[in-house]
Amino acid sequence: MNQLSIRGVSRVFTSPKGVATQALTPVDFDVRENDFVTILGPSGCGKSTLLRIVAGLDRPTAGTVLLDGQQVDGPGADRGMVFQSYTLFPWLSIEQNIRFGLRERGMPEAQQKERADYFIAKVGLRGFEHHFPKQLSGGMQQRTAIARALANDPKILLLDEPFGALDNQTRVLMQELLLGIWESAQKTVLFVTHDIDEAIFMANRVAVFSARPGRIKTELAVDFPHPRHYTIKTSPEFMALKARLTEEIRAEAMATDLH
Amino acid sequence: MRPRRRSLAPLEPVSPRAQWLLGLGFFVLFFAVWGFFTLGGYVSPTFLASPVTMAQEGWLLFTEFNFIHDIGMTVWRVFGGFALAAVIAVPLGIAMGAHKGLEAFLEPFVSFCRYLPASAFIPLLILWAGIGELQKVLVIFIGSVFQILLMVAVSVGSARKDLVEAAYTLGAQPSGIVKRVLIPGAAPEIAEILRLVLGWAWTYVIVAELIGSSSGIGHMITDSQSLLNTGQIIFGIIVIGLIGLISDFAFKALNRRLFAWSSL
Repeated sequence: MNQLSIRGVSRVFTSPKGVATQALTPVDFDVRENDFVTILGPSGCGKSTLLRIVAGLDRPTAGTVLLDGQQVDGPGADRGMVFQSYTLFPWLSIEQNIRFGLRERGMPEAQQKERADYFIAKVGLRGFEHHFPKQLSGGMQQRTAIARALANDPKILLLDEPFGALDNQTRVLMQELLLGIWESAQKTVLFVTHDIDEAIFMANRVAVFSARPGRIKTELAVDFPHPRHYTIKTSPEFMALKARLTEEIRAEAMATDLH
Repeated sequence: MRPRRRSLAPLEPVSPRAQWLLGLGFFVLFFAVWGFFTLGGYVSPTFLASPVTMAQEGWLLFTEFNFIHDIGMTVWRVFGGFALAAVIAVPLGIAMGAHKGLEAFLEPFVSFCRYLPASAFIPLLILWAGIGELQKVLVIFIGSVFQILLMVAVSVGSARKDLVEAAYTLGAQPSGIVKRVLIPGAAPEIAEILRLVLGWAWTYVIVAELIGSSSGIGHMITDSQSLLNTGQIIFGIIVIGLIGLISDFAFKALNRRLFAWSSL
């Protein structure tokens, strides 16, 4: 069943001088319940704009986004988001950050604590509950951000290049962590990235974005069984998929460059 | 090549001990130069008292002239006017920073008022409020309220946009954004603004006390001027500096304790 339906969503940015830039040409796209979909595209292609529209942080110029048949009209707790930049509240401890949404919703304190505790363990931050974000590494901060979004139990988890600012080794470990969480607790995930390995490794389905103005150019199913082990990244099937996506992305990156 | 002295390199830190000694060193130098010119007879005592005379006059002020009462009055006026300004300006500044409509409504007027010199209001305030305590408190209030208002509004308005967006995606309502993102995020800066403006309030109070006043450090200074007692004037100035320094240290220490996260 389709949980998320994107219907004819387009976005035109108008500068203060009145110059219009088409960031998204009408996009139609569906995400099934408990699907893990990655959106892959060159930088500046509008993939983040689409994610922000789904989150309700940006409004489409035309078209609608439906979540469980309900039209999206502004941000809400049913769509959790993890950003590329570190967006933990620096004045709150790790535990208080994870409880932010629960407290906002008025959940009883004991229940908040219990839930935060569960997710602290889940992302491997036991012992760091009372640290401030700045005392943690980038990877740990993003793990907290994932825990904070999941603790809210959203219908869909949106991630906007969440591991983009991390070093390569940390990024790979974070991919495994997030995939592990998804495998154990089914959740609909929409994950934006420009990293081809990441897009294939995590996803059931990869949607390739064209260069600006963005549209979905290709959709590709990824059928590796779960639980996935990092060694699949060197398998011939993975390599074949990667080769194909590299070609697709390369053509788009060149198109952007020639503009 | 000669080894370069690292301590002379730009931005090279000094040890806490050296920092302390250097800071103290300048005070010592200052008093030494002052003492040299006054005690050595190079400057007429009518125009500048020596450090020794100043200390003696200071002692007399406390023992004979109940100077502690003057100090108390001045401190009361500063904190009274400052507290009144803060109670009004901090919440209004937060509201201005958070709501762009309110900011557009008030900001031009407040910016205009900010440049009105508080001391120029003294004649008007004497007319309205007499020469009692209210007039002095109002001078401090006028001098502080617009400054705090504007700086708090700017501080709250420059909140990190991505934190606000993150809070929205976690289900926060607009009131929650103000209470749980904008205010805690701006709190350390607001505390710093208050510390800064409190320092300015000290300069207004003396001006307020120079005119139409029967107590306070500023009043003592005007009295001493008519008696050509430069020792008392200098002592009064030094007392103001010391109180300012102490309240500044206390404020800084409090801010560091309250907002430990911001100095990580």
